Amino acid sequence: MTNPPLAGAVEELSRDKVAKFDHELADVLKRYPPDRKAAAMIPALRIGQEIFGHVSPAVQRLCADRLGTSPARAEEVATFYVMFHTKPIGRHLVEVCTNVSCCLTGGDRIFEHLKKKLAVQNGGTTADGRITFREVECLGSCGTAPAMLVDEEMYERLSVDKVDEIVGGLK
Amino acid sequence: MSETLILTKRWGKPDSASLASYRQDGGYGALDKALAMDPAKIVDEVKRSNLRGRGGAGFATGLKWTFLPKDVRPRYLTINADESEPGTFKDRYIAEHDPHMLIEGIAITCYALDIHLAYIYIRGEFAKQARCLEKAIDEARAAGIIGPKLLGKRDFDLDIFVHRGAGAYICGEESALLESLEGKKGYPRLKPPFPAVVGLWAKPTIINNVETIANIPWIVQNGGEAFAALGTGKTGGTRLFGVSGHVNRPGVYEKPAAYNLKKLIMEDCGGIPGGRGIKAVIPGGSSSPVLRGDEIDISLEVDAVKAAGSMSGSGGVIVFDDSTCMVRALSRIAKFYAEESCGQCTPCREGTSWMEGILEKLEHGHGTAADVAKLEQLAGNIGGQTICALGDAAAMPVQSFLKKFKAEFLRHAEERRCPYGEHAWGLDQTSRAAFVGGVRY
Repeated sequence: MTNPPLAGAVEELSRDKVAKFDHELADVLKRYPPDRKAAAMIPALRIGQEIFGHVSPAVQRLCADRLGTSPARAEEVATFYVMFHTKPIGRHLVEVCTNVSCCLTGGDRIFEHLKKKLAVQNGGTTADGRITFREVECLGSCGTAPAMLVDEEMYERLSVDKVDEIVGGLK
Repeated sequence: MSETLILTKRWGKPDSASLASYRQDGGYGALDKALAMDPAKIVDEVKRSNLRGRGGAGFATGLKWTFLPKDVRPRYLTINADESEPGTFKDRYIAEHDPHMLIEGIAITCYALDIHLAYIYIRGEFAKQARCLEKAIDEARAAGIIGPKLLGKRDFDLDIFVHRGAGAYICGEESALLESLEGKKGYPRLKPPFPAVVGLWAKPTIINNVETIANIPWIVQNGGEAFAALGTGKTGGTRLFGVSGHVNRPGVYEKPAAYNLKKLIMEDCGGIPGGRGIKAVIPGGSSSPVLRGDEIDISLEVDAVKAAGSMSGSGGVIVFDDSTCMVRALSRIAKFYAEESCGQCTPCREGTSWMEGILEKLEHGHGTAADVAKLEQLAGNIGGQTICALGDAAAMPVQSFLKKFKAEFLRHAEERRCPYGEHAWGLDQTSRAAFVGGVRY
């Protein structure tokens, strides 16, 4: 089956990647009633982010086009949820929780340590493009605090040494 | 007398999340029993059980189910696995250790309420837990437990899907959750109408928390009365209490619903590191009003905590030892609500940021006594003035911290510094082994 024609600025995206996107989206769409495709906006943007690196306006338009909804809807979702990135980020994303339970067990020290070590501000990317670093809100790991996410993988019961090892291993 | 365990009894067994292991322990027996029952009888048992919502509001589950209009179809079930309230970390372990218990609960609930499509809305950060749930759903579908015929014997089609969020605390609010599930930003809806009447895609929708629905198989197997007998008053069963902060053994503890808070902290969690005293305890997630260390000899039952001036909420207990700065703690809590306010209502959008700014100023020694008074005024102007409960959730900690620890706030203003210096989060900030349903982390 051939892909439907691309809408407007979506044409700036690589054909191969769009084909991959369509293939993965088809699987996700099975979860929603056929007349409720727009419900898949979060999964669609997630697939788009995984394939294209970030949810640029073109990726947003691709999602909107495939789900039969407006680009404004895609932008609304892409900008509301913190896990979506509308601009390019580093090769790895390191997110440290600094909420109460994490700080009571050393989370703020880990955050400050990494900030200094990576020489970036909160939300910044290292000069070599290796790591984007930011603080995040509660990750639901309060018993096993302090916690951080690295590329969506959770690391818990952290110490400064452990963090150095994990972050040091990122290429 | 040994305590009855419902939710955590299989945690830690090898491969406890697999269908084979669940079946070996009698799993899906409750669904089998339910299929032979009149659906209305199942709802009656749940009403009799005094099961109350475990997500935070503590609403009677059986009663909620009866709000569905009789003649409107389709109806939907949505499981709230958006667990994001600071201090709350229990539902994720159900997904990790015993996902089939949740799936069986969903299947029974759907059968009882004539629902054929259920979504588990899980927060985006729980990628691993979402995978655990998807794997279990696939197993159940492949085994014919769900799909066109429940347990392969009853003509009742049921589909269950996982819908992963993408990072927004507000989506734990049930109407924001529905908006998010419909593919929009998570703006809470005006209520009424409540979701049971106008919910997902404007159809009647029941939204229940993960822990709530995981109790359903036990209730069907053992009867509503037996479940009610495990608790007291209007709260039946056991509950998962997540204890974090300054305790020797943090973790998730399954206890009777009316368990004593002090006992939980001092005995089960082994007390406070270094033998220090308890300055404060947040008993039910960051939004619940704080208790002083001398106010914690209370039952954790929903109405008992309410009587003590707080909320048992999500069961997330956060413990602060006597070396912690309360201004530092509140400042961080206020920052959370300012970050997570969706921006829809002015009092919350503006007020939470103002409170965050004033608290930050106070903590760093730039605040005045007038700022402390302003905080009280601000909190009073947010609570009750917004579409959803996030406004109240942001106001309650501020009001309670000021009520219980005002001297500390004024001292920051007078001394123009934080008296705790660089140890504002306590003298001993180290991670300790956690015990989650007895499993060591």
